[in-house]
Amino acid sequence: MSDAITIAGHALREAVRRRVLLVVALVTAVFLALYALAAFEVFDSLESSNFGDVPFDDRALAGGTLLGLAMFVALFLGVVLAIFLTLGAVRGDAERGLLQPLVVRPVGRTTLLTGRLLAASAVCAPYVVLVFLIAALITNLAGDFTPSSVVVPALGLALGVITVVAISLLGSTVLGTTANGIAIFMVFATGLAAGLLGQIGEGLDVEGLMTASTIISWAVPFEALYQNGLHALTADVGGTAGVIVQLGPFGGASDMSAGIWPWAVAWTAVVMTLAALLFRRRDL
Amino acid sequence: MTAALSVRAVSKRYGSTTALDGVDLQVGAGELVGLLGPNGAGKSTLVKIACGLVRPTAGQVEVVGAPAGSRTARASLGYLAELFRFPGWARADEVLALHQRLARSDGGAAERASLLERVGLEGDGQRRMDAMSKGMQQRLGIAQALIGSPRLVLLDEPTSALDPGGRRTVRDLLVGLQEQGVGVLLNSHLLSEVELVCDRVVIVDGGRVVTEGPPEQLTSPGGVEVETADGVRRLPDARREDVPRIVRELVDGGTEIYGVRVVSGTLEDAYLAAVTGRDR
Repeated sequence: MSDAITIAGHALREAVRRRVLLVVALVTAVFLALYALAAFEVFDSLESSNFGDVPFDDRALAGGTLLGLAMFVALFLGVVLAIFLTLGAVRGDAERGLLQPLVVRPVGRTTLLTGRLLAASAVCAPYVVLVFLIAALITNLAGDFTPSSVVVPALGLALGVITVVAISLLGSTVLGTTANGIAIFMVFATGLAAGLLGQIGEGLDVEGLMTASTIISWAVPFEALYQNGLHALTADVGGTAGVIVQLGPFGGASDMSAGIWPWAVAWTAVVMTLAALLFRRRDL
Repeated sequence: MTAALSVRAVSKRYGSTTALDGVDLQVGAGELVGLLGPNGAGKSTLVKIACGLVRPTAGQVEVVGAPAGSRTARASLGYLAELFRFPGWARADEVLALHQRLARSDGGAAERASLLERVGLEGDGQRRMDAMSKGMQQRLGIAQALIGSPRLVLLDEPTSALDPGGRRTVRDLLVGLQEQGVGVLLNSHLLSEVELVCDRVVIVDGGRVVTEGPPEQLTSPGGVEVETADGVRRLPDARREDVPRIVRELVDGGTEIYGVRVVSGTLEDAYLAAVTGRDR
């Protein structure tokens, strides 16, 4: 394990020295500033309203939607970070001649991959949790909105980006840097599209679309975790606002079973095992 | 005594391409073996198989008695790849420290300083890779390969980016390794360098060993040249042991002699003879 930590430390130093983290911090600060501006503007402009005789909680709608947007952005930025930290981990680094000096050391190839997983996860998971929590705090300050759950969305985001790190590492064993980056972004987009399809299927009551969405969401668990977290944000909001907000702003919101957590962990383990097997068989 | 490197009947195929075809090679402890051959002969593949980067299709490779690629084998070797790079953001000392941890070397700062000095980079420990010339990076690559006092050192074109001074430094270093009982496999296109330092030379072509032996055995005699008042006389069939007789006969015949030189073929001649008609 100490070798994996050594490799992780090396990868983290690279992220810091190459100013990746600095750029991410700046982009995030800009996003959060814009988010705060939007949140205060939205809540200031709200007026109590009803749909006929039906009471309508517009603060919950605004808060749920805004925080849903923040969740999406946190996931998106976290995924970008995860991909850029890992997309060239094996084949890309081997083509550049960076990997060979490390692989000939008495360190297992699996250990090298584990180190890269640890490093990227140690950056991306806390990052998405932090962005989400700050957004939740801003939403609370702006409109006194408290989500039904903070823990489920935060953990969902964290585990979601770890699954993306695993896919990216798997991709890096067979694809070059650019090809892997494109492939992982397409997988990410496929997951989001599946969420939207499910939302459309739910709106039009098309069973086939809903089933396809569920299957894809579980096949790429970051999407299922995202949907689950999005649902948990406003699970306690009732009435018309509850119905509208549960549709979710980006990719739908579905209450996944508790099985999504062990599934995502097991899925990550299987993907990493496959990555390790492919890496072990690869000639460098 | 266990060989530093033992290669037996090793073959490597990439699809329909045969990179190595039944190669046998031994590097003893303290032996410096030069690996020569034209581009695409399979030299780098052989070195990569020895250090576990590439898996052979057939045959056996052992590093100090352990199967190549095993943790034990990798703990016993140092390797400088032909095409390698250290991260541009890293400092020389950091690169060595990382490899010390991975090689489980407890040499600490003293070992790092000593290695930097041996490759002529003393005082450059805090220099970043992206501020180093290619030659400096190659020197650092050699220092990295020597971390943890390996018993086998595999060097793939270690002097390709070095100036004459750097090559001299590496030659001295190789002689030092030899004296310490370290086996060295040197893959190089610089025949003069190989001829100067190697105990034995192995010439590979088309994935096969085409000839091998000590440089002096591979290089054929090229006759005797005698400098006289009438000019240089060449006696192409004469050998070193014929020199006293030749000199005596010429002096007895009244010829004044100003110099005698025994001509021997070069390793380049031997190399070209071995791969003639096969070079691509």
